[in-house]
Amino acid sequence: MPQTMFAKLWNSHVVADLGDDTALLHVDRHILHDLGGSRALLDVKERGLKVHNPELTYATIDHTVTSAPGRQGTIPRGVELIHALRTETAAAGIRLFDIDQPGQGIVHVMGPELGITLPGVLLVCGDSHTCTHGGLGALAFGVGWSELNHVLATQTLIQRRPRTMRVRFEGISAPAVTPKDLILALIGMVGTDGGTGYAVEYAGGTIRDMAVEGRLTVCNLSVELGAKMGFTAPDEKTFAYLEGTACAPKGVSWLRAVEAWRQLPSDHDAVFDREVEIDVTKIAPQITWGTSPEHVIGIDGRIPDPAMIPNAERRQAVQLALNYMGLMPGEAIAGTPVDWVFIGSCTNSRLSDLRAAAEVVRGRKINPRVRAWVVPGSEIVKRDAVAEGLDQVFLNAGFEWREPGCSMCLASNGEQVPPGQRSVSTSNRNFVGRQGPRARTHLASPAMAAAAAITGTITDVRRLGTGK
Amino acid sequence: MKKFDRLTAVAAPLMRANIDTDIVIPINRMVGNSIRGTLGKWAFSSLRYLPDGSDNPEFVLNRTPYRDAEILIVGPNFGCGSSREPAVWAIQERGIKAIVGSGFGDIFYNNCFQNGLLPVVLDPAVVQAIAEEVEQSQGTSHVSVDLEKCEVTTSSGKRYAFSLEPRRRTALIEGLDEIGATLKLDSEIRAFQARDREDRPWIYTSRANA
Repeated sequence: MPQTMFAKLWNSHVVADLGDDTALLHVDRHILHDLGGSRALLDVKERGLKVHNPELTYATIDHTVTSAPGRQGTIPRGVELIHALRTETAAAGIRLFDIDQPGQGIVHVMGPELGITLPGVLLVCGDSHTCTHGGLGALAFGVGWSELNHVLATQTLIQRRPRTMRVRFEGISAPAVTPKDLILALIGMVGTDGGTGYAVEYAGGTIRDMAVEGRLTVCNLSVELGAKMGFTAPDEKTFAYLEGTACAPKGVSWLRAVEAWRQLPSDHDAVFDREVEIDVTKIAPQITWGTSPEHVIGIDGRIPDPAMIPNAERRQAVQLALNYMGLMPGEAIAGTPVDWVFIGSCTNSRLSDLRAAAEVVRGRKINPRVRAWVVPGSEIVKRDAVAEGLDQVFLNAGFEWREPGCSMCLASNGEQVPPGQRSVSTSNRNFVGRQGPRARTHLASPAMAAAAAITGTITDVRRLGTGK
Repeated sequence: MKKFDRLTAVAAPLMRANIDTDIVIPINRMVGNSIRGTLGKWAFSSLRYLPDGSDNPEFVLNRTPYRDAEILIVGPNFGCGSSREPAVWAIQERGIKAIVGSGFGDIFYNNCFQNGLLPVVLDPAVVQAIAEEVEQSQGTSHVSVDLEKCEVTTSSGKRYAFSLEPRRRTALIEGLDEIGATLKLDSEIRAFQARDREDRPWIYTSRANA
């Protein structure tokens, strides 16, 4: 019987069938971070338990550390968490990629780039954007903090089997339409609960032609359409991306692994519970206008008018979002003045993202009303970007060039967009208060964020063109 | 873990769609290693307080009798977004023991069971009907949630059956500890790993490379 990639990934990790469509699954990779990692290790220790497989567990620091140049000014509670993570990972024998070391970075950037993430692994982390790692063909998902304790103590997790959904992106996207735009457009189509209860496989010609970093961006936003896990089939691009990375297998082991990974893609006639197809040629650069990732339109679009919405509940939701965002119904979104630009996060802080933004910025200056930050996703991204001179491109334009971490995506390190101010951000959530109390967030691609920094307004990057 | 069997209580309707866990508990209230017990007063902060810090009189949990609610009736996709388990803790610390809705964020839903907070899934029209009955009585119409019978009952006597996997139902009723139960299967976990080391040796050798 033909199998989906999901079935292959799931079945190969079942330790025990617990009934009710629920299984005890083996966890191959577990990455801890500073926000919840030390608490979990302390919990497990307090219960008199040991970490089951410290050699399958990794840790890094991303959520609470300051991104200020020189790393001065981490908030006191962050300092406590980081200190505790160092102590507890050392005691448990867990490899920590610490601040200022090569390898440190946002969990969902450093895991793939170090080859901690591999095709076919079941990877978890106490963070909902763990679905990102699916871009390498892993079954990866975010877990809660109790589940995290379970993984540390048993190297397994109890999960109910999700249904399967395949999203096929077909066609060649227009210039300046990036993987971020494709996944935002999908969320706009199916809604933020369109994928709830599903494991989503992204397929089709557009995904096959997409570079690995783009696939990571697509998979990153799976949870914004409600899907805990999203993934793409591994292929030659995946293998080229991983070969030679620090933690990837070497020599004969590598060859054997690649042979196994070639068997992972869905069989030709595999059947999915739900199928969605998207013609990417019709997608324009996307920008969100509201307080949910499904509140998204093309940059050439107009802000929705609640008066035109027949459903009362939806009408009220749109009105509340517009009130929060300080936007007028029916107006063009382009031209809206912007106070902040944030280029970073586990969605869009990889080298290709910084290159795309730098291409727009090169030779230009940011609008003086805007404060603009670039926060590379990891020490390795930072090193590679500096080697290409991208830091100078941003600095010359008036951007701040900062140290790797989650930073202003969720403001857990205290780096906030001030109340009432408007930000164009390459991150993944435009929720109420996400970037700080009463901060107003518009999600967009790195190129679109760069364009907003230059003009001081929400701008169609296609009108601006590339820099000098 | 807290047990749950049955409850009759004030129910507060909070029907806005897509209430994400950032709304349930803002990130700045959950940074630190000793946050348990401090979260209740920050639950739903952005809805509950005005910018000057005073109570927002419009917010349902700031109104009598909803102030004493132990059940929330919620709109679609409640608990979407971040995996933060303190969202569940904050709701519990605010005094809520069960949430009735038409659908929940996947990770939030799992987190509820880990802490003894019962999420009940019913048809959207049924959730709407329960919310309306409560609102018409201005909150005086209590709602019962019975996990033994898998049934929600309203004051007017309407009964709505819900389904839940037997595993989860038993775990909530008995307050079972999942880690303890899994460790009883440790020989199976170790047998899986022994076989897997033969099939996928690279899974177990990465650390040596790093």
